Amino acid sequence: MTLWVDRYRPRTLDDLHYHRGLSERLKSLAASGDFPHMLFYGPSGAGKKTRISCTLRQLFGAGAEKLKIDQRVFLTPSKRKLDVNIVQSNYHIEITPSDVGIYDRVVIQDILKEIAQTQQVDLNAKQRFKVVIINEADSLSRDAQAALRRTMEKYMANMRIILCANSTSKLIAPIKSRCLLIRVAAPDSQEMEDCLMYVAKKEKFHLPSEAAQEIIQDSNGNLRKALLVLEALKMQSPDLTGPLTIAKPDWETYCHKVADMIVQEQTPGRVMEVRAKLYELLSHCIPATVILKTIAERVVERVDETIKPDIMHWAAFYEVRMRLGSKKIFHLEAWVIKVMSIYKHFVYSFDMEDF
Amino acid sequence: MFLKPQTGKQQQQKQEIEPALQPWVEKYRPKTIDDVSSQEHIVAVLQKTLTSSNLPHMLFYGPPGTGKTSTILALSRQLFGPDNFKNRVLELNASDERGISIVREKIKNFARQTPRAQAVASDGKSYPCPPYKIIILDEADSMTQDAQSALRRIMETYARITRFCLVCNYVTRIIEPLASRCSKFRFKPLDNTSTFSRLQHIAQTENVPLPPSVTETLISVSGGDLRRSITYLQSASRLSSSTQPPTEITSIDVQEIAGVVPDGVINGFARVLGVEIPNDDSMDVDDSKKSSLKGFDAVRGKVKELMREGYSASQILSQLHDLIILHPTLNSRKKSQCAMSFAEADKALCDGADEELWMLEVGLTVHKALSK
Ligand SMILES: Nc1ncnc2c1ncn2[C@@H]1O[C@H](COP(=O)(O)OP(=O)(O)O)[C@@H](O)[C@H]1O
Ligand SMILES: [Mg+2]
Repeated sequence: MTLWVDRYRPRTLDDLHYHRGLSERLKSLAASGDFPHMLFYGPSGAGKKTRISCTLRQLFGAGAEKLKIDQRVFLTPSKRKLDVNIVQSNYHIEITPSDVGIYDRVVIQDILKEIAQTQQVDLNAKQRFKVVIINEADSLSRDAQAALRRTMEKYMANMRIILCANSTSKLIAPIKSRCLLIRVAAPDSQEMEDCLMYVAKKEKFHLPSEAAQEIIQDSNGNLRKALLVLEALKMQSPDLTGPLTIAKPDWETYCHKVADMIVQEQTPGRVMEVRAKLYELLSHCIPATVILKTIAERVVERVDETIKPDIMHWAAFYEVRMRLGSKKIFHLEAWVIKVMSIYKHFVYSFDMEDF
Repeated sequence: MFLKPQTGKQQQQKQEIEPALQPWVEKYRPKTIDDVSSQEHIVAVLQKTLTSSNLPHMLFYGPPGTGKTSTILALSRQLFGPDNFKNRVLELNASDERGISIVREKIKNFARQTPRAQAVASDGKSYPCPPYKIIILDEADSMTQDAQSALRRIMETYARITRFCLVCNYVTRIIEPLASRCSKFRFKPLDNTSTFSRLQHIAQTENVPLPPSVTETLISVSGGDLRRSITYLQSASRLSSSTQPPTEITSIDVQEIAGVVPDGVINGFARVLGVEIPNDDSMDVDDSKKSSLKGFDAVRGKVKELMREGYSASQILSQLHDLIILHPTLNSRKKSQCAMSFAEADKALCDGADEELWMLEVGLTVHKALSK
């Protein structure tokens, strides 16, 4: 049984529900025979991947959907062997640099060179080039990005690159200037509602508008999340009426608990308790940035307007430190202490004014 | 280091591309150094080397898309002509994984064969064909220090029959002993007039209607980088000619392609932060005035909205920065406070910081500075 998100994923550009103008543009680009390198960017769950595979299908026909997974071995400069799983069809190949960590440059370089130097063998292929999709392009190392620069210019004959990223901020300018930038915004509420209703219709059930609204509120523009939640809710309470409780993931509830602990008490002892909880979260592989942001969001909901900016300021401050440093927990903890001190100061000076 | 010779393969590759599908940046690469626009001083100096039989080692530096690679390629072509180009010019760049040992090997092999002069070329013209070979190290600033030191020795060893041309964006990333062996040429960002006529020329040759106002937009979004403006022009013309029926390129198209955030969106954000934006009748796609939220929540709400739209934080911040710093009525003290925050955010984003947190940080700082 496949999940609804997958079962009802649009397969062609015409099937895509929203950003019609964009779909039209992609369609005419694919037909023009003059297809550029592209960079799709936008928030998670906005439909970038779906749009890319629809574009591939438009370019190459249904054959682009016949995927196979290959195990490949790459050799690092220090002669270490890397095993990498590669998804490909006859017409394209897909890589996710974060799978190969600091060796992304080696893998990308090898793959690009190979593709660039081989001609399309399938004589019936609709295009003479192959497409290389690079997922999570924002996590490409600087090295790997530098390696892409000239390659993108030189190998235009046999190859097009499609980069997929959340934001363009982390890509170097020479790469951006070699791509056609395609921004995929998150769908707005109406567009999300249409998508949810469409799935409900296909599954032959009635989705009350209030329920849809609640799911949309919760998903914050992430359509994947919205569809997953819809399916889960439908399993829980088949008629979807009455008050719905959208289950939060465990880690989120846990983060909220931590936030509440910070607001309740500001003592060295409490810092230690919070620290233990932070460790717990980290050991469950919740990214430190997500932990920090989730706790901070909750804390600012519970404190006075005047100290909210300060709390977010220090969250931003320690988040970047966390990336530069090596011990996430140190910086999370420092932020917690900072917040407690700000809070305490605030409450204290407030008390004094009363006298 | 990771350099690899590409001369041979490149030519092979080039022939495979049908001219109609060639990227315009390649198609309109200057063929001779006289074609290079806006770098008169450099061209004048290099012109002399065409008639003298000697050439110093050279270091070309300057921002992307100002003609560095084009200039050295054109010069080499004019010196050696099409037939000898291949065995006299070695182009190495950072696009391949190669250790310095391999570079050394390549250069050794290449430099070993003594150049033979060949007076008349197959195209009937005669070329100076001076008795040395040229090694172009493109994107040299991505070489490690070690590789650069190793290169220094290589340069000395083969000094008699090779001339090096290092090409880079940041001259400070080239180690001093290497830099001091070269004549340095600084490439300036292209001035607007040159860019304008270059773009107009390409548009005419390609039969693309290009109103002057759109050309202005192309120039302003690419900040002196001709490669970018040409690429944007080609993308925009692809999009506009592939629609049914074909439409004319608009400034809005160009902005979207370049990833520039529409003014209406930036103005909307600025207004929430308390910046006074004159309410002209430009297409303001902004409904924040209706929003009932105030203070912290308003700023946070706006930031979340912008993130949902998928705009890049660095792009928004750079546009917001310009808007605030150039604002006609804000006082300098407030502007300075904002400027500090933009600087912090830029650094943080370069360090890979979370975009939402830093947009919020800048938003809140600006909001605070302006509400005092
Ligand atoms: N000064 C210039 N005159 C004419 N064309 C230029 C000039 N600078 C850049 N270009 C155009 O931009 C493209 C990229 O230029 P290039 O020389 O590769 O820049 P870089 O300085 O980054 O090496 C060229 O193909 C050419 O079309
Ligand atoms: Mg260059």
